[in-house]
Amino acid sequence: MIPASFDYVKASSADEAISLISEHGDEAKLLAGGHSLIPMMKLRLAVPSVLVDIAGVRDLSHVEDRGDHIAIGALAKHRSIETSDLLIAQCPMLAHVASKVGDPQVRHRGTIGGSLAHSDPASDLPAAVLALGGSLIVQGPNGQREIAATDFFTGYFESALAEDEMLTEVKVPKSPGTNWNYQKFNRRAQDWAIVGVAAAQVDGAMQVSLVNMGSTPLRATAVETALASGASAAEAADEAANGTEAPTDLNASPEYRAHLARVLTKRALEASGVE
Amino acid sequence: MNAEESYEIRLKVNGRTQHVTAPARRLLSDALRGELGLTGTHVGCEHGVCGCCTVLVDGAPVRSCLTFAVAVQDKDIRTVEGLAAGDGELHPVQEAFKECHGLQCGFCTPGFLMTACALIEQNNDPTEQEITEAIAGNLCRCTGYQNIRAAVRRAAEITRSDKR
Repeated sequence: MIPASFDYVKASSADEAISLISEHGDEAKLLAGGHSLIPMMKLRLAVPSVLVDIAGVRDLSHVEDRGDHIAIGALAKHRSIETSDLLIAQCPMLAHVASKVGDPQVRHRGTIGGSLAHSDPASDLPAAVLALGGSLIVQGPNGQREIAATDFFTGYFESALAEDEMLTEVKVPKSPGTNWNYQKFNRRAQDWAIVGVAAAQVDGAMQVSLVNMGSTPLRATAVETALASGASAAEAADEAANGTEAPTDLNASPEYRAHLARVLTKRALEASGVE
Repeated sequence: MNAEESYEIRLKVNGRTQHVTAPARRLLSDALRGELGLTGTHVGCEHGVCGCCTVLVDGAPVRSCLTFAVAVQDKDIRTVEGLAAGDGELHPVQEAFKECHGLQCGFCTPGFLMTACALIEQNNDPTEQEITEAIAGNLCRCTGYQNIRAAVRRAAEITRSDKR
């Protein structure tokens, strides 16, 4: 499988990349690890005429302590998130979820920014950042803006990123300790989740998100509301599929996914210390 | 239709820098096999599942079928051809796969060797769990994986004894 032809430009800074994508409009795509984009190009689901390679942009691969939160450069690879001592200590859920993405070859190329910008409802990291209540810094021709993860995922493979904007940084609140869990249900080691559930206690409240239970990664608001009003893990988990429209595919029907969401949510809550 | 633009691509493969003239869409796997004649890197599924095309880029195992050649210029690329020494002495992972019967038809083997090589260079005493995780991105339809895991374990052992 060979992608359609395109022109290749290497950007050495975020500003240069943004000016290139502004110039080429929707003909251009940013290339980082390429592990979402290249398969789509091979299948002609994406046919960009210009690729702007940002893999060599410096200063966007950091994982930094910023007081109450951790800032992660968009080009940080899954592997460096998985093995970051800072994240393992201060935001262990994110490090753990990164270790569950694909397989080692994917994690050595794929980036957190690419995974979030791709906005696949079946991906692991979008749901993790959503459960943590993180936010995303995006840069465009007119400067930067910060978008809450809860506002970022707008539709099936669609995000709040404008055509001329680039995701530069991801911020997650410090959430050390053991009150978190990630349940990923799949049948083969490297597959996407048929359903996944991420749970994390942030500032005393349990936040829960769902993988592959709709057209975007979702916060399980019905579960969170039940927990806030004193429900047990089992009672709250019963609400997991409420308000969702789970997809159907070769792996699972919507009904089976709804069942999985309830079972996995109960497991995730109990493993996070909810009784 | 406009003629497709060609790029001068510098590829540093197994320590030797070579020049390839190819369009930007040339995959690293195809550049290695077609332009450079290094057919040890196998192409199986071509969409990032089977791991047969795994090569090392700056020491990390990556799928060459999901990497554009133009995007890895000047990086240190290692392929299965670079494992054995110049005098033909096998690399510990090759020796171990041979000893433990870690292959049958051999199609997936170059990918497994490179993945195992990356693991052992980072950690020469991996646990069973670490071995299983490390090879999760490589598919083998013959062996059932038991001998492959044994081979990785043995390769680590050889590497440790070489260091002593």
